[in-house]
Amino acid sequence: MLELRKEIFADERDDNLKEVGQPTQRQDMLGHVTGTSAYYDDHRLAGLLHLKVLRSLHAHARIRSIDDSAAARAPGVKRIIRAADVPVNLNTLLSLIQFGKDDEPSLATDVVRYKGEPILGVVATSEHAARQALDLVRVSYDPLPAVFDVEEALKPGAPSVNAIYPKNTFEYYDKYDHQKLRFGDVEAGFAQADLLVEERYQMSPIEHAPVETNGSIAVPDTNGRFVVYTSTQALFFSLDTAAKINAMPSNQLHFIGGTVGGGFGGKVDTLTEPLAILAARLTGAPVRYRLSRHEEMQFGSPRGAERIYIKDGVMRDGRILAREVRAYFDSGAYTRLSSYAAVKCAAHIPGPYTIPNVHADVFCVFTNRTPSTAMRGFGVTALDFALECQMDKLAVAIGMDPIEFRILNAYRDGDMKAHRREAKNCALIECAQVAAEKANWPIREEFRRMSSRQGGGVTRTGGGADRTPARVTPAATTTGPPQRVAYERPAAAAPAHPPPPAPPRSAPPAAPAPAGSTHGAPRFSSVFGTRRR
Amino acid sequence: MAKHRGRGVATINYPIGMNLGGDPSQALVHSNPTGKFSVALSSIDLGQGMKSVTRQICAETLGVPVEDVYVDTADSDTGPHCMGSFASRGTHRVGNAVMAAAREARAVMMEAAAEELEVDPGDLETDGRGSIRVKGAPHRSISVRDVAIAAQFRQGRTISGRGIFLVPLSDVDPETGEMSPATCYAHACLIAEVEVDDETGEVTVLKMTSAYEVGRALNPRLVEQQLVGGSWMGASHALYETPEPYYPDTRDGPRDFGDYLMPGPGDLCPHDISVLERPAPDGPFGAKGIGEMCANPVLPAVANAIFAAVGVRIDELPITPEKVLRALKARGGAAPARAR
Repeated sequence: MLELRKEIFADERDDNLKEVGQPTQRQDMLGHVTGTSAYYDDHRLAGLLHLKVLRSLHAHARIRSIDDSAAARAPGVKRIIRAADVPVNLNTLLSLIQFGKDDEPSLATDVVRYKGEPILGVVATSEHAARQALDLVRVSYDPLPAVFDVEEALKPGAPSVNAIYPKNTFEYYDKYDHQKLRFGDVEAGFAQADLLVEERYQMSPIEHAPVETNGSIAVPDTNGRFVVYTSTQALFFSLDTAAKINAMPSNQLHFIGGTVGGGFGGKVDTLTEPLAILAARLTGAPVRYRLSRHEEMQFGSPRGAERIYIKDGVMRDGRILAREVRAYFDSGAYTRLSSYAAVKCAAHIPGPYTIPNVHADVFCVFTNRTPSTAMRGFGVTALDFALECQMDKLAVAIGMDPIEFRILNAYRDGDMKAHRREAKNCALIECAQVAAEKANWPIREEFRRMSSRQGGGVTRTGGGADRTPARVTPAATTTGPPQRVAYERPAAAAPAHPPPPAPPRSAPPAAPAPAGSTHGAPRFSSVFGTRRR
Repeated sequence: MAKHRGRGVATINYPIGMNLGGDPSQALVHSNPTGKFSVALSSIDLGQGMKSVTRQICAETLGVPVEDVYVDTADSDTGPHCMGSFASRGTHRVGNAVMAAAREARAVMMEAAAEELEVDPGDLETDGRGSIRVKGAPHRSISVRDVAIAAQFRQGRTISGRGIFLVPLSDVDPETGEMSPATCYAHACLIAEVEVDDETGEVTVLKMTSAYEVGRALNPRLVEQQLVGGSWMGASHALYETPEPYYPDTRDGPRDFGDYLMPGPGDLCPHDISVLERPAPDGPFGAKGIGEMCANPVLPAVANAIFAAVGVRIDELPITPEKVLRALKARGGAAPARAR
């Protein structure tokens, strides 16, 4: 059930619209519900060949030799593709936006760095023939020590995963092994705090699990061009990546996609297009390269694991004075997009709360596992899990209601965020108020009356008397008055330490409609039951 | 042995678009000779509704019925550049590009109509039903179809428009992390109610109640589709899924959906959603993106609800029955944290 709460923030909107806001049926609905929408793999092409890759059996090993002579003679095999056949074998996805160094081969050369890393490709008349031929390839490995834990990987003497980043961390700004966030003085905040809470959180990897696995079909076209039917989430990103790896001008590639059977971030890596194009080029025939479900599950890049440590200093009246975060992204053997996510993670700290002292170090760490990549909420999902579990623990520790505790600390218009930008267009408080009301979760009147639009960016000492703007710039790290002075919220009543009664606010904030008052709120439900007004 | 219920909460925000910006999208809009519009994009519809959202934005901006607009996506020969469908950027970035293109096309359409009606373009308005009329004199009107025919065959005008939207790339201070990560944020609060079986360790999500602030619900059905689907993914992430069950040990990874656990339709719980709209100053009609955020509050809300139900904290995902049982054993049994 979905209810639109039009009465909240109504003064900031023009609702006099005709098409926007309508529950119009999707343009592509008929095709989807009748099973006739065309996906990349719905193109039937005469003479289609199939590419499969040989994958490493070891998490970390030197390749001593590869013998593909029997495979090359196997029935149906048209071509073996070796690392030396790839025009530009080394690439990193974000080189398109000049971020990071080329660190990942399309086909491994001398070393494999994760179990399942592609070593060699076979192009054959059927997927079955390609798989049979792969079984005939003999690879001789010298296993190397491997590392799988992000903190182990950072210790001196840990096996080096990737020679491009020998210390197993992405390099930020050519000088740091992590992304920093510094705001205020956390040590001073901890010293003033009534309670310190320090915790460790671990998010395991997960699989995007799209119904349609990654894949593409490359078709030689007239005049030296190639048409590529693809499941990519980012058409030009994949086109430009494929052009770079194949050392082709981008206008020789004609990418066609647009309808995808589930992405969730797992179809940005351009896993199949470069080799499909190369195979089509080498054979002169259309070539399909699609991942099997097993490949998609284990080698098609998952959401990476993240380990997050949080230390908070909190007052018994509910104010959070300081938050310190140390986060490790498990990038796997190569960078892909994890370096980007670490910066996004740092930007998201300390969550949607105004905390005067924040300190964070975020690491993008290389280990000998399948490279991880973007997934829905990239850089944020694991952090939100850690932060919100932590917020619950803090609320319990000081004996405060967890929703009231969040409302008290929520950022408001005009507050200064830890990345030194002013908060605006905030609505966390209102979401908490509405959810509490809908769930019959009791919160006290003063919390029902708070607003994202009032009380931000000023000294909040508990009333309307002091409205002096006090834009917070972080204090010098060692000197200066206690920082929290500029950040004081109205001290909320915690059972153990009831605060003095707050004087009435000079301007009562706009309160959301009282419970039950949903008059005029259009209701829709396209998922649960029927729509009603 | 008993089943215990508890509720947990989480509040989150989510940045819209690629972190730091620098992620442009373009759109082209043009009319065919009979007044039907095409939007050419290279953006991808992953099922989230990209085609439908941009179609409604285009129709609203042009002032024509939505049936008169068709969105074509993802052909690199005909669609102009788009960074891609990720980072909750489609509605915000592509929507703004379509809006800009539609504004330009509308301006030509109104000029062509003005020439036909022999009035000033500023005196005209669209009725949203396929006609253009003189303000205050609705009997003096012309259909969009006739305007398009006149523009094409008599006036020699192309009713078309180009649009691009770019949030300029922000620097990052290496020492402090000072940066401009995003221009707008969406918000949410979600309350999950769970039942924990202290004999089996199984956790069942019974109900979710949420409030999402999305800037503008361009299409409430698509909003609901995203929020319900995303909450399902969040519950799955919280309780079921992982390709590495013993991370950082790499053993025993699943190979297919037979051993990769996910909830089925029977595990879906009712989800009561409220949607708030605080328009983003730079969003198309104020819209933000909800594609990614909708899974995020579910994970901690479920973990916090488990604590409320039985008094144990599981800080490692996924929260499997094994982890719940081990924690209960270490704690000496279930002890509801507090009634709520």
